[in-house]
Amino acid sequence: MTVLRPGPLAVILAALVAVFLMMPMIAVVPVSFTPNRFLSVPSGEWSLRHYRALIENPIWAEGLWMSIRIGLVAACVATALATAFSLGIWMLQPRFSSVLMGAALLPMVAPPVVSALTLYFFLINLSNYNSVIAFDRWGGVAVAHAVMVAPFAVVLISVALSQLDRRIDLAARSMGAGLATRIFRVILPNIRFSLLTAFFLTFVLSWEEIGVTLFITSVQAVTLPRLMWMGLRDNIDPAIAAISVVLIAVVVTVMLGRIAWQALRSRD
Amino acid sequence: MTHASRHLLLLGPLMGLLTLAYLVPFLGVLRWSVTLPEPGLGQYGRALTDPLIRSILWRTFRICAIVTVISVTAAYVLALIWVRAAPGLRLLFELFILIPFWISVLTRAFGWLALLSTRGLINTWAQSLGILSEPLTMVRNEFGVIVGMVHFLVPFAVFPLATSMRNLDERVLMAARGMGASRTRIFWQIFLPMTRTGVLGAALLVFVFALGFFVTPAILGGGRSVMAAELIFLRIFQSPDWGLGAAISVIMMVTVGILMALLLRLTGGTRQ
Repeated sequence: MTVLRPGPLAVILAALVAVFLMMPMIAVVPVSFTPNRFLSVPSGEWSLRHYRALIENPIWAEGLWMSIRIGLVAACVATALATAFSLGIWMLQPRFSSVLMGAALLPMVAPPVVSALTLYFFLINLSNYNSVIAFDRWGGVAVAHAVMVAPFAVVLISVALSQLDRRIDLAARSMGAGLATRIFRVILPNIRFSLLTAFFLTFVLSWEEIGVTLFITSVQAVTLPRLMWMGLRDNIDPAIAAISVVLIAVVVTVMLGRIAWQALRSRD
Repeated sequence: MTHASRHLLLLGPLMGLLTLAYLVPFLGVLRWSVTLPEPGLGQYGRALTDPLIRSILWRTFRICAIVTVISVTAAYVLALIWVRAAPGLRLLFELFILIPFWISVLTRAFGWLALLSTRGLINTWAQSLGILSEPLTMVRNEFGVIVGMVHFLVPFAVFPLATSMRNLDERVLMAARGMGASRTRIFWQIFLPMTRTGVLGAALLVFVFALGFFVTPAILGGGRSVMAAELIFLRIFQSPDWGLGAAISVIMMVTVGILMALLLRLTGGTRQ
């Protein structure tokens, strides 16, 4: 059976959309080489001063470390809690499971700005009692991010579980395996790829998070996106162009690497 | 281990965290909206009658509607190629969809500043080629906001559209072809109507995302064309008017709740 392929007009229109999507990513490259201290296109003279600033100015390394730390903690907490929750729904099939699922997904579907205000309220109240999980502390940001990204992990892991054959769990159970054995020896090894994906996705989401972070930090817990935000608001700092080029290069490398890896694997 | 303790062990931790860090604080925000600065529904009254706030809410709605129409149309052509073109082309377009998707919203907004601002690429080149004598103002206004938001939302709209195109029964198209229908006619009379739920789903998704969206409008609007989400931020952090910020948040939450319920009914309806 031959498949009806899209015609040339559709291809041209889609190519125009693709150009629109790629344009801003390409535009940051020349801007990052400007010799000026303001956003401009270099004419004649190209300079690496903004890339040098990324290395020499310690705020960038501090922001990077802050983002990695928060991302790792948030991803660990979110993936662990989401795994337990999804297992609970799948194994125990509790009554009202759709209500529980709805509650678990709430931070994902609520408007980000409402979540931001809610988490701001949470952290300023906690600030009265401790200084670890509090407003403008990295611990507080990590918890807030965990709340925001956990629903994505719940979706991924629940989908993986729904595709798992329930009979392998029943077999383990009928041979007398306890809850821990069933989970750690039977179920989790079967969905390990989805667990890794969930960890990776939650880390990336926390790493990029800015909407909530703006509400819950001021000067202490400054993540990389928060630093970029500060350089974007009033006078636009071309160092933002340099860091953007670095981040785009990382994403493109990972994407191309994944394609190359898949191509190699399918050849074997 | 008892039945109840298993429930508590597995379901408890996430539900506990969400209750403590999300549900209870949201009730707190709700309380702000009816107690600050004085008890009563005054802030809701203000939000719906104050001309400045009403104009911001109306602008938010208008921009979100425009952004939704443009994003879904653009995403439809992309999804069409991604799902139905020859494998090589498909892979190329997968990159065009996924690379922007994974790049942070700040980088993408900055890219538009680099292109559109007065000293940006387009103005610099157009002036050096003599096309423009004065730089065009393309950011810090609604145009910039719409361009940036469409750019952010197109990849999100592609996914539901691609799903509905993949689930389509190929034999219907072949039957139409066999009976001599032209390609144009197949698209407008068969393909597009059959992916209707995907279009509606994508439109609702984009609209909901756009409504609560804060970062891109704040950067590309530059404080000139403020939208609802930025208004909340300003009312909380710049002019301490917490009651109003909370009231607008609650209005937004309810609006999104209604739209999500519609979305669920829509996707639930296709399964029957």
